[in-house]
Amino acid sequence: MNNRVAITEGLFTWPSEQPALLASRCNNCGIASFPAGQSCMACSGQDVSLEELPNRGTLWTWTIQQFMPKPPYASGETMETFKPYGVGYVELPGGVRVEGRLTESDPAKLAIGMEMEVVFETFRTEENGDEVVSFFFKPVAGA
Amino acid sequence: MDMDVAIVGIGIHPFGRTPGLSGMQQGAVAARDALKDAGIEWKDIQFAFGGSASSGNADALSNELGLTGIPFMNVANGCATGGSSLISAYNTIKSGLFDLGMVTGFDKHDRGAFDADPEALGLGRWYGEVGMMLTTQFFAMKIQKYMHQYGISKETLARVAEKAFLNGSLNPNAWRRQPVSVEEIAGAMMVNDPLTKYMFCAPAEGGVALVLCRADKARQYTDTPIYLKSAVLKSRRYGSFEVFAPSQALVEAEGPTYDAAKAAFEMAGVGPADIDVMQLQDTESGAEIMHMAENGFCEHGEQEHLIQSGATRIDGSMPVNTDGGCLANGEPIGASGLRQVYETVLQLRHAAGDHQVPGEPRLGYTHVYGAPGISAVTILQR
Repeated sequence: MNNRVAITEGLFTWPSEQPALLASRCNNCGIASFPAGQSCMACSGQDVSLEELPNRGTLWTWTIQQFMPKPPYASGETMETFKPYGVGYVELPGGVRVEGRLTESDPAKLAIGMEMEVVFETFRTEENGDEVVSFFFKPVAGA
Repeated sequence: MDMDVAIVGIGIHPFGRTPGLSGMQQGAVAARDALKDAGIEWKDIQFAFGGSASSGNADALSNELGLTGIPFMNVANGCATGGSSLISAYNTIKSGLFDLGMVTGFDKHDRGAFDADPEALGLGRWYGEVGMMLTTQFFAMKIQKYMHQYGISKETLARVAEKAFLNGSLNPNAWRRQPVSVEEIAGAMMVNDPLTKYMFCAPAEGGVALVLCRADKARQYTDTPIYLKSAVLKSRRYGSFEVFAPSQALVEAEGPTYDAAKAAFEMAGVGPADIDVMQLQDTESGAEIMHMAENGFCEHGEQEHLIQSGATRIDGSMPVNTDGGCLANGEPIGASGLRQVYETVLQLRHAAGDHQVPGEPRLGYTHVYGAPGISAVTILQR
C-alpha cells in the first residue's frame, strides 16, 4: 500500500475521514481567506481563526487548460500523456470563491452556476510510490 | 514648483523576433532613436527610469549609451512596468527635481506562455504545481464570466483579434503583419476556453524609449510636444477579480483599472468621451473588451454592439489599439506599456501613417494591466 500525502500542509485537513479545505477567518471583519493565512487580506487584522470550508458550492466561472503548462507544473505528465483539464472558481457559501482544478474537462458539461463538491484525489505519483493528493471540484451528480 | 510634463522624443525597436540582438541592445536602439527624435544626446539626459523582466537591468543601457553618472533607476512591475517607469519620470519632472529625462523598456522572452514563480508572488508552490499559475487561465475565466453576465458573443471575441491583425498590418513596427479572418480566428486551436490561439498575445521582443521634459521647455526639442496630462498607477483592492489568486472574495470591488482610469480622468480634467484614440491592454481579445468598460469608455455589455459595428476600428468613433495592440505586437514585458505611449504620441503628432486615426486626434489614452493586479493609465494631449 502506497503512502498518500497531501500536496502541501495546511491547505486541507489531512489525513482525515472527511477531509475539508481550510480557510482562515478574520475575527475583526469576518472575512474568510483561502489558503489560510496569518493575517486578513481585507482589513489587515492579525487575529484570525482556522475553519473548515463547506464542501459544496456553485461554479462561478471556469475554463479548460488545453496546453501543458511549463514548470512549476508538476503532474508527472509528459507532452504525450498530457490531458486538458478544467479549472474554475467555486463559490463556497459563507466562505470564499476557491480556485481549483475540476474533475470535468469537457466544456459541454460545464456551466456557470452548476453545483460542485470538493473531492480529494491523487494528483501525481512520486518516484518512491507516494501518491500526492490535491483537491478538485466535481460536478454534483443529478444536480 | 509643480511642472507640467511633455514628451519630446520617442524611439522604438520593432517588436517581434530579432535573432541578432539582445533585449538590451534593442533597448539601446530605441534609446538612440528617441534621443535623435528630440535632437539631443545621451549626455543631455539628467535622469532615467527603465525596466525589463528578462533582459537584464535597464540601467546597464548606460554601458551602451555612455557612463554619464545620472541617476538611472530600475523598475519592475510586471506588465505594468512601462507605465510604472513613465509615472516615475513624470513625478520626477513634476516635482521640479530635473528638467529632462528618459524612460525606457525592453525585453526578449522565450516562446510560449510566461513562466511564473509562485513564491515571488507570495503563493505556495502547490499553486503552480497543480497548473493554476497561468495568466491565460485567469483571462479566460474572467471573460467567460463576463460573457455570461453581459451577453458578449464568441464572434465578438474573434472580431477584436481580426482588428488587431488588420491594424498590425498597417504598422511597420508590429510583429504580426498579416490580416487574419474572423473565421480563421474563431476556428483556430482552443487554448483556454473560450479563447483560441489567435486571441492571445505572445511573449515577444522589442524596445521603446521616450524623452520627457518640463513642458515650458518642450519647444526647444520639438515642434509637436505631447503633454502628459495624467499618469496614474493603482493596485488591486480587496474584492476585485485578479490574476494569480487562489481564491476570490465573495464581496465584489472594482479592479485597479477602474480606479486608475477614474483618477486619471480627474487629474486631466477630461472625460472618456473627450478621448480621440486609446490603447488598452489586450493580453487577449476578452481583455480588450472588458477594459473598454473598466476604463469608462462604455457600459458593460455595450461592447457587443460597438465592436460589431466597427466603432473600435481606426476609422471608428472610438479607435482602440491602433498599432495592433499586444495581439499584433506581442508582449515584451518591459516595453509593452511604453509602446502604447509611443503609438499615442505618433497619433497625436498626426504622424502614424497608414494607421493614423482620421480627424486630427488631440487627446489620447493608454492603459496597461499586469500581474498580480496593477493598472497604469496615462492621458496625453497634443
